[in-house]
Amino acid sequence: MSVSQGVMVVLRRDLHLAFRNRGDLINPLIFFMLVATLFPLGVGPDPDTLLVMGGGVIWVSALLANLLAMDSLFRSDFEDGSLEQLMLGPQPLWMIAMAKVISHWLVTGLPLTLLSPVLAIMFGLPVTALPAIVATLLLGTPLLSLIGAIGAGLTVGLRKGGILLSLLTLPLYIPVLIIGTGGIDAAVSEMVWSGHLMWQGVLLVLGVTFAPLAISASLRVSISG
Amino acid sequence: MKWTFFHRMSSPKWFYDFSGKCLPWVGVLALGCIATGLTWGLLFTPPDYLQGNSYRIIFLHVPSASLAMTVYVGLAITAGIGYIWKIKLADMAVSCLAPIGASFCALALITGSIWGKPTWGTWWVWDARLTSMLILLFLYLGLVALREAFDSKETASRACAILAMVGLVNIPIIKFSVDWWNTLHQGATIKMTERPSMALEMLVPLLVSIAGFYLFCLFVFLLRLRAEIISREQRTSWVRSLLGAKS
Repeated sequence: MSVSQGVMVVLRRDLHLAFRNRGDLINPLIFFMLVATLFPLGVGPDPDTLLVMGGGVIWVSALLANLLAMDSLFRSDFEDGSLEQLMLGPQPLWMIAMAKVISHWLVTGLPLTLLSPVLAIMFGLPVTALPAIVATLLLGTPLLSLIGAIGAGLTVGLRKGGILLSLLTLPLYIPVLIIGTGGIDAAVSEMVWSGHLMWQGVLLVLGVTFAPLAISASLRVSISG
Repeated sequence: MKWTFFHRMSSPKWFYDFSGKCLPWVGVLALGCIATGLTWGLLFTPPDYLQGNSYRIIFLHVPSASLAMTVYVGLAITAGIGYIWKIKLADMAVSCLAPIGASFCALALITGSIWGKPTWGTWWVWDARLTSMLILLFLYLGLVALREAFDSKETASRACAILAMVGLVNIPIIKFSVDWWNTLHQGATIKMTERPSMALEMLVPLLVSIAGFYLFCLFVFLLRLRAEIISREQRTSWVRSLLGAKS
């Protein structure tokens, strides 16, 4: 089996598993909507406030929903031993990790991105800002998956990994959040937002380059320990 | 060139003996510098013409802020060395550095906040520097928490090493993005003033105090590292004979 075939097999298997478990697929989306709903309830329904907050709320909710799904990224494979078998295979571990990250993004990041215009309209953001929201999330959520996978790899062997995972990864998410919301803010105030998008592209390229190495290193530590 | 020197340096036993000899000197020097710097700074320098006496917290604030950043860089580089060359001593050093760095980071934030109240009128401003410092504290706390979570010390060291290196790559990006965020969001809030060219009579005690804090940090680090060496090497014959000789 060639390397690319191996990756495709892992990717297809993970997507299969996700679609068989509808709950795991839908729950992050419900969580995303629910967190965003809490903000108007918390700060009041004033449209001006919501307009200022909207972009940030959507991003923070997306970030938390992403994190929620992250804990299970390697866990079931770790517990039933298939992760160890994948490691023993001829495919490099970082490629397998990438396949799992891609499937995680397809299952959480992409649906969140597609759902975000609905939330944006509920927050009263102008329609002209919608492309900025979708575009920043489209480039930003894969990066969240990549960074989060490093933390997931480090905590997979621990019994109480969930809360620790958020403690480790949330500080690392900050640049993505800042640039994403910056782009939305710029679009809302009708300024040029392509610069933000390019920066997000830069970060994504950096993430795709370095994160797989860190993910595979962290998985090796967890497996050997 | 004889590179065997390096190998000897990474042996826990050699390091334990060597640091035992250095420790009293470092301690005395640290105490001397801190005592001199703080007494001089707090009692004998003239008050600032703008801030009065409240600026004197600078003699605590600047050294701890500087250490908080230096310790992280040192920690991450040590972690990289330990991870790549599998040097046990470097792993132990990383485990000792994280709590020290976190303490200095917290100290910098607390003193900064106390300083902020009389100078800016608020305890906290979402200024770029303050925010980056807060994020640095969270990175430190993440390292400490990750180490606590593992049962095996060796696995904990390797996991923390990876996290520290990821953090080191991320810190410039975080710093840059927070600066950018600050210019984007911040309208008419208080700005951290450019550091005025400091009068010599304030600068010298500050430098003495910084030197003292660095030495103190080294002292605490050596103390913790020696304890860590003893704890991890307790099965080896040299530690047994050392402990046996003492008891």
